[in-house]
Amino acid sequence: MKTTVSIEVVVLLAGLLFALGIVGVIIRKNIIFMLLSVEIMLNASGLAFVAAGSRWGQPDGQVMFVFILAMAAAEVSIGLALILQIYHQHKSLDIDNLREMNG
Amino acid sequence: MEIAFYIAGTVALVATLMVITRHNPVHALLYLNVSLLAHAMLFYLLGASFAALLEIIIYAGAIMVLFIFVVMLLNLGKETAEQERKWLKPKVWMGPTALAAILFAEFLALVLSSGQGAYSPAVVGPRELALSLYHEYLLGVELAAMLLMAAVVGAAHIGRHKKLVLHRFLQEEKEKEEEKHEEAVL
Repeated sequence: MKTTVSIEVVVLLAGLLFALGIVGVIIRKNIIFMLLSVEIMLNASGLAFVAAGSRWGQPDGQVMFVFILAMAAAEVSIGLALILQIYHQHKSLDIDNLREMNG
Repeated sequence: MEIAFYIAGTVALVATLMVITRHNPVHALLYLNVSLLAHAMLFYLLGASFAALLEIIIYAGAIMVLFIFVVMLLNLGKETAEQERKWLKPKVWMGPTALAAILFAEFLALVLSSGQGAYSPAVVGPRELALSLYHEYLLGVELAAMLLMAAVVGAAHIGRHKKLVLHRFLQEEKEKEEEKHEEAVL
């Protein structure tokens, strides 16, 4: 099984997925969907790293992917804990309700 | 096997598009899961079999379960979907989508002007990955361990239910406010 892919196509795919993640973060008002979009962006950057690593046959791309994975796990656990607290205090996930979050 | 690559890429794109347009959180999560599995397929085709494995076990297995737990805990269902439907109007998403499309077009032009061409991905197995991870990137592994430790402690601290302690003046005020609120609701 031999695959020949063009590095441009892979990187463009990663860029497209990243752009979709940006759009998701901007257009959504529900904080859970924003966190999901951040996950999409992290995945897209991981795809770009893996593609670069496979282009030169080096393991560094996958190493970076492992680090991204650890970072995503940490970010999700903290983010979801924050979401739970926000929901208990405001009874809503609308980010506009957090405008008065001062002090 | 190029066709498998293009199919997996299309599935990933479509599933991601569905994630950012769904109204119901559970539907979005399921589409994101499909997108992650498509990513795993892409990684495998790029010769990164271990990364594909990690993608399925950690992302699609563990992180998505966390999301689903939170959606279940918050009991997000039909009302959230209705609210999202109200929020997600063309007026809202047109501008950001256009701006992101412009950025992507620039990226497209830059990538297409590089002229790298096609190649056959070399398989980089778990052995090379582990050797690199524990030789050159040992410091990064330790830092990642500290980050995960901090995240666990932080999540436990943030997620704790604190009893609200107020000064007695504030408490009276709060009771008044609550009474007002109840009257307003009635």
